[in-house]
Formats: sequence, C-alpha cells, structure tokens
Amino acid sequence: MTDASQATLPSFTLPSFTLNGEPRPLASAMTVADLLATLGLDGRKVAVERNEAIVPRSTYATTRLEPGDSLEIVHFIGGG
Amino acid sequence: MDQAITSDADDLWTVAGRSFRSRLVVGTGKYKDLEETAAAIEASGAEMVTVAVRRVNLSDPKAPMLQDYVDPKKYTYLPNTAGCHTAREAVRTLRLAREAGGWNLVKLEVLGPPPHLYPDMPGTFEAAEALIKDGFEVMVYCADDPLAAHRLEAMGCVAIMPLGAPIGSGLGIQNPAMLSLIIEQSKVPVLVDAGVGTASDAAIGMELGCTAVLLNSAIAHARNPILMARAMKAAVEAGRLAWRAGRMPRRMGADPSSPLGGLIR
Repeated sequence: MTDASQATLPSFTLPSFTLNGEPRPLASAMTVADLLATLGLDGRKVAVERNEAIVPRSTYATTRLEPGDSLEIVHFIGGG
Repeated sequence: MDQAITSDADDLWTVAGRSFRSRLVVGTGKYKDLEETAAAIEASGAEMVTVAVRRVNLSDPKAPMLQDYVDPKKYTYLPNTAGCHTAREAVRTLRLAREAGGWNLVKLEVLGPPPHLYPDMPGTFEAAEALIKDGFEVMVYCADDPLAAHRLEAMGCVAIMPLGAPIGSGLGIQNPAMLSLIIEQSKVPVLVDAGVGTASDAAIGMELGCTAVLLNSAIAHARNPILMARAMKAAVEAGRLAWRAGRMPRRMGADPSSPLGGLIR
C-alpha cells in the first residue's frame, strides 16, 4: 500500500460497532432490542453487555447503539 | 449435627437459603448432544447443575439452547466461570450470568494455566471479594488448603469446593486428609469439586463428610453416561448413608465375627 492510499482511508469509514468480537456496520438509530430482533434472538435467554457494562433487560428498547460500541451477547451452554 | 438425623426425609442440605435433597451436583458439559445431557442429568437425580456462559453463535441463532433441554425451573442453574484466568474475567462473566438467569447463586473458579488448571487462589480471593460486595452468593472452587478455605468462608462464600484432583482428570480423591481438615473446620457446605472418576470416588467424598459432590466428566466421559449417572446417584447416597451410620473403627488385627464359644473339638 502506498502512502497516498493510506492517507485517504480514514475519512470514509462507515459507522460500525463490534458484536461478539466481530465488526458490524451500524444502521442508524438501532437499539439493543432492534439488534436482538434482527439477529433472531430471544431476549429472555441471553444477556447483553455494552462496553463492559451490563445492559439490563428492561432497557433493551431504550439503549441505542453508538458507533464504536463493543457488544457481547451471551447465553448459558453446557459446562462443568 | 447431621449425624443426629434419623429420617431420610429430613436429610436435606441447604446453601444460600435453598434446600436440596440430592447431594450430587452435575455439570452439563462434554456430552454428545443436548438429548444425552438431559437424559444423564435426569438419571443422576441432581437438583443443581452447573452451566457455562458463552457468546451466542450468531450464525445459528435458532440453534437449540440448553434451557430447552434442562429446564431452569426444574433445576437450579449454577453458572460457572470456567475458562476464566483472572478475577476481572470471572466477575464480568458472572454479572452476565446474573442478567441472563436472574439469580445470584454462582460457582466461582479462577484457574491457573494448563496442564493442571489448578485454582488460582489470589485471583479467587480478589473475585470472591468483588462478587460478594456486588450481592452474589458465591460457591467457590478452591485449593485443598485449609487456610484458603477458612479465609473464603470468613469472606462470606456460601460453599467451599476444594478439588479432589485436577479438573477432568478422573484421578479420584487424592487428598482425603486435607479434605477432612477442611470439612471439620467449615460451617458452610463443603463440596468436593473436580477429580471424581468413578462411583467409588464419589462415595469416598461423601464418607469423608462432604455435604455434596460436584462432577461432570465422570458421567459425560463414561462409555455409557446414563448408567454412570445412575451409579453416581447410588454412590453419593451410599456414601452419605455410610457417613451418617458412622464407620467401624479400623484395627490392625483380626476380630472374628463368629462366636468362639461352642466350637466342636
């Protein structure tokens, strides 16, 4: 890559967030509830963490995702 | 004292205000599939099961979930921190577990590196302190160290769970003397957690006076997990009965069981 192409990159980055370690584009005005619905996940069976803070289930519909957010969505699996 | 219990119906154990009849706590990992998990747990008679907290598989959101097979209304879920090697990871994991499940009773384990995964006690103390402060009821996996066990109890842990041998090793209870010391000094339940390989190991743990036994691999990695689940249920019951009965004293010499009088000459 040349110096010239590197210089043009940052100005065109689309808004994105990180979900379970993977970058994703961020549609405008998306809440945690919207995200769970888009993913097809049952909100009663998962827990959500945003920027290392728990998102209480009661606030899914009002918690808006911001560019650069880091989200974790977890559930219970078999373990000893 | 437990030994005064004469009726099986009264022989319950209590942790964090919840009472249980089964003294076998089982893990839900390492099974072939969720059907086998459910069948083995049913056969074990366990009322409390450990579960792990992991990222949802976003590529398959409709995949069957553990709750669909092991009903959290029927079994007390005990979320663990398996795979956590620092206090920070463990606390973060259990905060998520509390949100996912809605309960405070958890199994804390902060582990050292492979190949032994030995309990990291400084990390365990740090995590236990943070969790208790945050309102959790902590059942704690720990070293078979009476000082560490005492310190965890004094901090407010609701159950002390020393290992019998490394996690998943199936080596059996390698430390009966240290376990006995911990059992003797503890006012909260003591569970042997890790190391049980087969039914006799579970019975030994109960005969030593453990409140209950926690195991996973011994059932899940048996050739027939359902049969081993039944074996573990019977072994824990037998070991508990033997402890309540009080074993005979050991002696170095023979003591004939048949009368010496009336022998023909």
